[in-house]
Amino acid sequence: MDEGVVIRAEGLRKYFPAGASGLWGRRKAFLRAVDGVSFHVREGETLGLVGESGCGKSTVGMLLLGLHRPDAGRVLYRGEDILALEGEAKRRMRRNIQVVFQDPQSSLDPRMLVKKAVGFPLEVNGLARGAEVTRRVEAMLAEVGLRPEHMYRYPHEFSGGQRQRINIARALITGPRFVVFDEPTSALDVSVQAQILNLVKDLQKRRGYSYLFISHDLSVIRHVSHRVAVMYLGRIVETAPRGDLFQTPRHPYTRALMAAVPKPDPARRQPLALLPGDVPSPVHIPPGCRFHPRCPEVMDVCRETEPAPVEVGPDHVVACHLWHGTGFDARRRSA
Amino acid sequence: MNGDLLHIQDLSVRFFTYQGVVRALEGVHLAVRRGEILGLVGETGCGKSVLARSILRLIADPPGRIMGGRILFKGRDMLTLPMKEMRRIRGNDISMIFQEPMTSLNPVFTVGNQMEEVVRLHQKVSRKAARRICVEMLEQVRMPDPESVLRKYPHELSGGMRQRVMIAMELSCRPDLLIADEPTTALDVTVQAQVLHILNELTRARGTSVLFITHDLGVVAHLCDRVAVMYAGKIVETAPVDALFRSPGHPYTRGLLAAVPSVDEDREVLASIPGVVPGLIDPPAGCRFHPRCPAARKECEHLEPAGVEVGKDHWVFCHAGRGKVKGER
Repeated sequence: MDEGVVIRAEGLRKYFPAGASGLWGRRKAFLRAVDGVSFHVREGETLGLVGESGCGKSTVGMLLLGLHRPDAGRVLYRGEDILALEGEAKRRMRRNIQVVFQDPQSSLDPRMLVKKAVGFPLEVNGLARGAEVTRRVEAMLAEVGLRPEHMYRYPHEFSGGQRQRINIARALITGPRFVVFDEPTSALDVSVQAQILNLVKDLQKRRGYSYLFISHDLSVIRHVSHRVAVMYLGRIVETAPRGDLFQTPRHPYTRALMAAVPKPDPARRQPLALLPGDVPSPVHIPPGCRFHPRCPEVMDVCRETEPAPVEVGPDHVVACHLWHGTGFDARRRSA
Repeated sequence: MNGDLLHIQDLSVRFFTYQGVVRALEGVHLAVRRGEILGLVGETGCGKSVLARSILRLIADPPGRIMGGRILFKGRDMLTLPMKEMRRIRGNDISMIFQEPMTSLNPVFTVGNQMEEVVRLHQKVSRKAARRICVEMLEQVRMPDPESVLRKYPHELSGGMRQRVMIAMELSCRPDLLIADEPTTALDVTVQAQVLHILNELTRARGTSVLFITHDLGVVAHLCDRVAVMYAGKIVETAPVDALFRSPGHPYTRGLLAAVPSVDEDREVLASIPGVVPGLIDPPAGCRFHPRCPAARKECEHLEPAGVEVGKDHWVFCHAGRGKVKGER
């Protein structure tokens, strides 16, 4: 059934201890960063993961990378449970899954030459040695739009955009099939952001990588993704193919998020959607639907019962009571 | 002009560093009119924050120095005012909001404490009256339960709430000009929407002029009446907001607009501006944009472009610009 799926996450959960511990050092409160998240990414596809700060989107990335261990759930790479792997098998698996982080500055060692930084994954994994490393670093740099002489420079000699190219080169040099991008352009200016986004898309087209692209910026997500998952307070509230999501968003949160983005066109100036209040703390998650205290369409049922995901169109899933028993799901069931 | 509240003329600011002299602003002209929201856009390091700080003379000297020019506020040159006068203008006539509200608030005092101090510093009122003014101000920025917010410390508030406290504080003195330096950049979009709404409503209702600094063209289109685009320490284009987005005149503005991904249309490839923003220690001669400009010609390399009026109130500083040259009228 998992034909063509590179990564599948099932029921991921990650709680962090928060606040003071109680008597006997027992923790009283937990920050529920990721609270039951499932999704998959297909071959050659980009899944965009969008949400506001603190919604848990970066933690999801960390769980896929094995940088955090989930409290529950599984991560499957081409059907293989990567959390069960140990030692050499685990190391070999990691070559397949790589990451590019937000801050191009702090993710590079300031005392490491670019050649060393980009070639290091090859050496660590025993994939190449000596002149072979140099050859492959050079080829990789060319691929991301840098020149051979850049190998013998230090990170501080580059602009933010170039540093992000170096990070991308380092992530791709072991030949991964799946790459997590965690807000890779948030620290960059728009003109440079455009260069990096184009590069990321171009590499995918040429090499067939699969991406999980994490961002808070809906317009960036729209530009790079094939499918989009919207997260709110540790849960995915809506998943849909890009076109569907942006043309017919179903979840009230998705709609509010879109309506809150100021459009760069004064001719279509309209009041921005105003959601009441702030995002609640992931330590004190509201009961029922997590979005209900801010939801413009809240019903009684939302305050008590957490909505189950409903399929409202092909590949379009919404976790909201408004859509229960409607649309695609109901039609298919009655057919 | 009479409609101008603030008129910046030929302003130059330099920073003297060990690496060399940074020409942060060179010959900048800019006017803020009464009651308008003027957007100042540009990328990191283009000098937009330096410009904002120069207005209030908040440039640390050394390393920075205002080399020349005039900043006329209600006709008086702020650069020659004695410090005592300057202090009276800050807060009373011109207020400023910064990007990160946490650094503008003192972490060891309650919000009420800090707000009252500001109110009482600028208005001769009793503590009790000041408290009442604070509550009213917080109500105006739609703060739920203002009484309890006043008792809280800054770290107990969310980013959006802190920024609303700052807006309330800055507007409590009823300034004529509010300088907002990327006030919503650190906020989530849904919270940004709230803050922009409040800022717009309050300043429009009071006729406060706003100099709104941002890198977000969406925010500009949404909020501003007029826009000035900055590149490498210079203003390259000023225009009414509709004209700027409909018919951008400067190649840099065009590049910037084309580089923004859109939420409501699918573009396969984003246009990007080749190269990187130049360093300001040794900026390119002539037009500072010429090394990256798709329309660069011979004269761009050594001749600084003059302002050309390409439409009503729409000025472009580019050799390729068509229209009347400044001063011809």
